[in-house]
Amino acid sequence: MNEQLQQMSRDVAKGRMTRREFVGRAAALGVTAVAANAMLASSARAAGPVRGGTLKLGSSGGESTNTMDPALTASEVPLSNIRHWGETLTEVNPDGTLEHWLAESVEPSADAKTWAFKIRKGVEFSNGKTMTPEDVLKTMQRHSNDESKSGALGIMKGIADMKVDGDNFIVELETANADLPYLMADYHLMIQPDGGMDNPAAGIGTGAYTIEFDEPGVRHGFKRRDNYWNPDKRGFTEFSEVLVLNDATARTAALQSGQVHMINRVEPKVASLLDRAPNLSVKSVSGRGHYVFIAHIDTAPFDNNDLRLALKYAINRVELVDKILRGYGSVGNDMPINKSYPLFDNTIEQRTYDVAKAKEHYAASGHDGSPIILRVSDGAFPGAVDAASLFQQSAQAAGIPLEIKREPNDGYWSEVWNVQPFCASYWGGRPVQDQMYTTAYLSTADWNDTRWKRPEFDEMLLAARAELDNAKRKEIYSKMGQMLRNEGGLILPMFNDFISGVANNVGGWEDDPNGEVMNNKSSIKCWVMDT
Amino acid sequence: MHPILKLLAQRLALGIVLLFAASVLIFVGTTILPGDVAQSILGQSATPQALANLRTELGLNDPPVARYFAWLGGVLQGDLGTALTNGRDISESLGGRFRNTMFLAFWAALVSVPLAILLGLIAVRFRDRWPDKLISGITLTSISIPEFLIGYVLMFFVAVKLGWAPSVAMINDSMTLGQKLNAISLPVAVLTLVVLAHMMRMTRAAILNVMQSAYIETAELKGLSTFEVIRKHAFPNAIAPIVNVVMLNLAYLVVGVVVIEVVFVYPGMGQYLVDHVSKRDVPVVQACGLIFAAVYIVLNMVADIVSILANPRLRHPK
Repeated sequence: MNEQLQQMSRDVAKGRMTRREFVGRAAALGVTAVAANAMLASSARAAGPVRGGTLKLGSSGGESTNTMDPALTASEVPLSNIRHWGETLTEVNPDGTLEHWLAESVEPSADAKTWAFKIRKGVEFSNGKTMTPEDVLKTMQRHSNDESKSGALGIMKGIADMKVDGDNFIVELETANADLPYLMADYHLMIQPDGGMDNPAAGIGTGAYTIEFDEPGVRHGFKRRDNYWNPDKRGFTEFSEVLVLNDATARTAALQSGQVHMINRVEPKVASLLDRAPNLSVKSVSGRGHYVFIAHIDTAPFDNNDLRLALKYAINRVELVDKILRGYGSVGNDMPINKSYPLFDNTIEQRTYDVAKAKEHYAASGHDGSPIILRVSDGAFPGAVDAASLFQQSAQAAGIPLEIKREPNDGYWSEVWNVQPFCASYWGGRPVQDQMYTTAYLSTADWNDTRWKRPEFDEMLLAARAELDNAKRKEIYSKMGQMLRNEGGLILPMFNDFISGVANNVGGWEDDPNGEVMNNKSSIKCWVMDT
Repeated sequence: MHPILKLLAQRLALGIVLLFAASVLIFVGTTILPGDVAQSILGQSATPQALANLRTELGLNDPPVARYFAWLGGVLQGDLGTALTNGRDISESLGGRFRNTMFLAFWAALVSVPLAILLGLIAVRFRDRWPDKLISGITLTSISIPEFLIGYVLMFFVAVKLGWAPSVAMINDSMTLGQKLNAISLPVAVLTLVVLAHMMRMTRAAILNVMQSAYIETAELKGLSTFEVIRKHAFPNAIAPIVNVVMLNLAYLVVGVVVIEVVFVYPGMGQYLVDHVSKRDVPVVQACGLIFAAVYIVLNMVADIVSILANPRLRHPK
C-alpha cells in the first residue's frame, strides 16, 4: 500500500494526478488527510519543480506611480516586477557567495583594477535579439552617464572606463575593488537591449517572463516565455502575478483566504498567530537591514563623542528587539555589519544597556542639560515612534533629557532624514561590507547620513577593497567596524528579520538574507505544487 | 424670466465659479507642500546630481503662476497632463480608476439608497415601536464603528473564515460582470452599512416633520391607511431634504472611500490620489482634486435644483 501511495504522490508532483484526487484515493486506502498532505509535500520537494500554473505574490511597497524602469526602482513591488524580465551579470546566492549569471566568468587583473566579464553566449532577450557585450556596455553607460537618474549612480562612480573587447565587457576602476562582481549584482543594473536607452520601461530583458499586464499600484502580470536561456533554474510557472497589497491586514487576509500564495512583510505582532494557520507557514530570515538612530557628528551637541557614547549606552537593545520586533530580529552593535556578512568579526564586544556608563559619559560630555531633540516618524521604520519612546525612557534613567519630535511620514526622507541632526532611519544593508561602507560612511558618500568623515577610515576602506587576501581584509574591516562603533554617529540597536508568509503548496522556497521574499526572486524561483 | 429658470441659472453660475475657486485652492495647496517631486521619486536613493537632473526634466524650475495657467489651459481642453513619476497620461490612467470608483459607488448606492428609504418609511410607519427602534439601533451602531473596522471584521468572518467572498476586491477589465460583483461584494456591504444610517435617519426625520402638517391630518381623517398617508402625501413633500442627504452620501461614496479602497485593495481614485500625494506628483493630485471638487459641486447642485423644482412656492409664482 505504501509503495502505491508513494507512486501516486510522485504522479501528483509530476502533474499526472491532482492533489484533490490523491487525498481522496489516500483516504480510500485508510490514510488521514493530514498524513496524505505531508507525504505529498515531501515527495513534491523530492521530485523537484512543478511546471505550469499561476503563482501570486501579495506585496507591500507598490504604488500607482511605479514604473518598470530598473534605474528608478526603489521599493519592493517594482523590484519583484523587474526580476521577472530582467537579469544582472552576477547574482548573490542566499549563502552570500557569488553566482555568475549573464557573465559566464569574471577575471580580475592582478591589482583588482581591471575586470573582464565574459558575457554568456546565445542568451536571447524576450524580443528575440541575442544579447551582446555591447548591450551590457550600453546598459552600464545608461546608469553611469551624467544625466542619469539611476539609483545605481553611486556604484558606478568609481569606474574610470568601460569597453567591449571581443566577448568581454571590460571595466577599469579608478581604485582597486575586489568586490566589483558583487556590485554588478545590483538590481538596477538589469541588462537591456541597447542598454534600454530608448524605452527603459519596456520590460525587454533576458528574464524568464514577459509583461502580460502592468497596472501600477494594482497588479502586474507576467507570462513565461519559451526562449528563456536557463529554464532549469527559473520560470517554472506559466503565469506570475504581483498584487499590490499595501495594507498589512489585507495582505494577511489574502494569504489566509488563498487569494495569494506568498506575502512579504508580515507584521511581527501577528507573525506567531499567522503561523498557526494550517495551510501556510511564516518564514523569518535574519538579514542585513537595520533600524537606526542617526546623529550628525559635525553638529552640536552630537559633535561630542562622550555624548554619543552616552546615548549608545543609554539605549536598551534587548528591550527594543523584544518589544518592537517581537523577537524577529537581533541586537545591533552600533556598526552596520552583522553576522550575515562575509568577513564579519564576531569577536567584537557587544555593547549593552549600561546606566552607569551612560551617566559617566554624559557627565564627561559637559552637555548643558537642554533637551536633545530626536525626530521620528513611523515612515522611518515600522514602530519607530514606539522605539523612540522606549529610548527616551531608558535614557531618562541615565539622566539624559531626550525629547521626541514626531514628524509626518510624508516627506520624511526629504525633510528630515539626512537633513536634521538627529533622527530615526532605516537601512536595507548591502551584499558586502565594502558596499555598505561606501554607500554611507565614505567621506564623499552622498548618503553619508551621519556626516562620518575620517580620512583614515577612507584609507582603510580603499585598502580593504584592493586586498584580495580575505584574512587581511577581515582584519581591516574589523578595525573599521570598531572605529565606527566607538566614535560614529550611528546608534544601531537592532537588525530586523524579513518575515514572509508562504502557502504550503508553494515549492522551491529558500531563505535568502539578501532581501525580502527570497530577495524578491520568489516569484521567479518558486512553483505551485497542486496546479 | 421665470423665477425657477433664474434660480437655476444662478445656481449653475455659482457652481462654475466654485469650480474655478477650487482649482486655485488645489493649485496653491499643492504648490506649498513641503518637499518636491524629484526628491520623492528618488527617495532615499537621491543623489544631488540625480535630483538636479530630474528637476530640470520635470520643469519644476518655472514660476508657479505660469504653471497654473498652463495647467488650467490644458484642463479646459481636456488634457490633464502626464504623471511626473512614471510619465503615464493622467486622463488615461485616471479614466480607468474613475470608472472603477463610479462602479463601486453605483452598486453601493443601488443597494443603500432604496434600502435606506424603505427602512426610513418602515421606521415612520412603526414609530417608537420595536421595528423603529431595531432599525435605528442597528444603523446607528454601524455608523458609529470606524469603517475600516467594519471592513476588517467582515473580511475576517466572510472571507477568511467562511470563504464566501474574496478579501481582495481587485477588479479588472477582463472580468465578467458577475466576477466583478463577487469581487466588490464586501466593500459594497461595508459602504452600505456606513451610509445607511445617515440616509435612513434623514428620511425618517423629514417624513415625520411633514407628518405634523395639517393636510396629513386631513388625509388621516379621510380614512387612508398610515402607509397610504406616508406614500401619497408625506413622502413627496419630504423629497427635497431626502434628496439632499442622498446626494451628500453619493458624494461620499465617490470621494470619501479611500479607507475602504485601501482595506480591500480596490483600484479606485482614492488609492491613486494617496499614492501620488506621497510622491508629490502634483499634476495627478491636481487632476484628482479637481474631479473630486467637481463631483461634490455637481451633486450638491443637483440636490439644490431638485429642491428648487420640488418647492411648490416657486413652481406656482404669484
